[in-house]
Amino acid sequence: MEKRVHFKTAWLGVLLIVPQALLVLTFFYWPTGAALFWAFTLEQPWGGGNEFVGFENFANVLSDSFYWASVARSLVFALSAAALSMGMALVMALFCDRQLRGYNYYRTALVWPFAVAAPAAAVAFRYVFAPEAGVFSALNQIYPNLWNPAMNGTHAMIMIIVAYSWKYIAYNFIFFLAGLQAIPRSLVEAGAMDGAGVLRRMRDIQLPLLTPTFFFLLVINLTDSFVDSFGIVDITTEGGPAKATTLMVYKIYFDGFKGLDYSGAAAQSIVLMLLVMGLTIVQFRYIERRVHYT
Amino acid sequence: MIERTPVLNIATHAILITGLAVAFVPMWLVFVAATLTIEQINSPPISLIPGSHLITNLTEAWTRGGLGTKLLNSLFVAVLVAAGKIAIASVTAFAIVFFRFPGRMLVFWMIFVTLMLPLEVRIVPTYAVAANALAPAQAVLDLVGIGWLWQQVSGVQMKLEWNLLNSYTGLVLPLVATATGTFLFRQFYLTIPAEIVEAARMDGARPLRFLRDMLIPLSKTNMAALFTIMFIYGWNQYLWPILVTTDRANYGTAVMELKRLIPTAAATGGGTPDWNVAMAGCLIVMLPPLLVVALMQRYFVRGLIGADK
Repeated sequence: MEKRVHFKTAWLGVLLIVPQALLVLTFFYWPTGAALFWAFTLEQPWGGGNEFVGFENFANVLSDSFYWASVARSLVFALSAAALSMGMALVMALFCDRQLRGYNYYRTALVWPFAVAAPAAAVAFRYVFAPEAGVFSALNQIYPNLWNPAMNGTHAMIMIIVAYSWKYIAYNFIFFLAGLQAIPRSLVEAGAMDGAGVLRRMRDIQLPLLTPTFFFLLVINLTDSFVDSFGIVDITTEGGPAKATTLMVYKIYFDGFKGLDYSGAAAQSIVLMLLVMGLTIVQFRYIERRVHYT
Repeated sequence: MIERTPVLNIATHAILITGLAVAFVPMWLVFVAATLTIEQINSPPISLIPGSHLITNLTEAWTRGGLGTKLLNSLFVAVLVAAGKIAIASVTAFAIVFFRFPGRMLVFWMIFVTLMLPLEVRIVPTYAVAANALAPAQAVLDLVGIGWLWQQVSGVQMKLEWNLLNSYTGLVLPLVATATGTFLFRQFYLTIPAEIVEAARMDGARPLRFLRDMLIPLSKTNMAALFTIMFIYGWNQYLWPILVTTDRANYGTAVMELKRLIPTAAATGGGTPDWNVAMAGCLIVMLPPLLVVALMQRYFVRGLIGADK
């Protein structure tokens, strides 16, 4: 869409656009370029700059079983967190949208967890799930180590999924509720006139019309769980025990800053970047569909 | 719509109350933990009734974490990030919508594509840039030969350096560019009728006057919405601050400090874990964004939905 009216002083426009252009070039494109450079080169052990090695770094990463294990964990994390938080949010939104008495209170109260910092939620859940003091402490006293995220990888994974999803329930709820409210009331009322009960209308009218919101949220949830999980993992488990919660983002951070393997970390960054790009492109295709939909 | 569904209504309330429980119970446990003594918190089962040591624990967490400085730092960073994003987004969108010059849409798409480059996937090289923010500029100058020319003329090698580590600039500047904000303002400016622009021009308003006296007052709601979510975004930053600040006493943020309050085996030296203090710290750190949401609830929801669509 173009605007017909505009100001004649083009130089001023250029001047106004320069600050953000510089920021984006310096902090987004230059680092991305550097990641590409590192991904295709290898630093020489005795100095003397980087040597071009083609796809060797990628080959190393992709043949590393630790890497594939982190990919598998990230997928488990992403799918479980999306299922848990979207499922809960969808049920809450459907019933909240009935607008019974107390509707405003329910709505307000279900929204606020999204404002809690992910690391703060992580600290909170680390306490709630602490084997010696949390909700399982009484059971642990009777059966020692029945629940111990510090020793058991599965328990640790459950802990990060719950901590992460808790925050995203609120986020998904906001979007589902907005999606439900965008459905014309007349459709739901027509359904009621035809004798469809509340649950029937949910199933046959509201849910089908909510599919665009659903797919939009699914993609956002998957993308976010790949990149936004760092704080939760770093605070609750630091990737442990025995790397059971080392997700892809955490592995990049660990290999890059702790292992100082820039080339390996850069190659992993590029893979993750491609994944995020793929998901984002899918998302925009759905948004385009969505515009025609309504 | 009037419908008599008494059973379903009870079920609806039951489901929604379960939802409330999911949202509130963990935070209630945190609050209770922050009111107990170290002995109480380590005696199972977990307590559900608050104790009387809230103030003691809050004070202890405050002094141990140095939270006074940290909260101020967080506030400073969050306000600057939010204000910076709004300022830069509105000005960029203004330039894109109300001016004609070559490369305009290129810059817009360049900004938009950064949505696909979240910080987490480019952490290592972004850190390298923060160590010297002028390195890209230097490389470009060297490439086009200006560096060489300068050396020939002045005899001094040109070395641009601007270290952002351990500074407020470093905490804020790399987070200020915003694709969502720019997009939001662009969409809004496109809805401004051409007649308003023409009328302003006829009255002799120049571009910056038009921005200040027409556009900014008109976009107040958008700005409030964007400010709310960006303040929370800035406050809740974790990965970037731990990378750029090694001098935690002076430049650490409150959210970063949370990790140090956790009573791990290493931190307590095998002693009893004092979760009560950790939870008191957790309460303090998460309170400010919650206050912002409580005060600006309407803008928060609006901003969230507007920014992600």
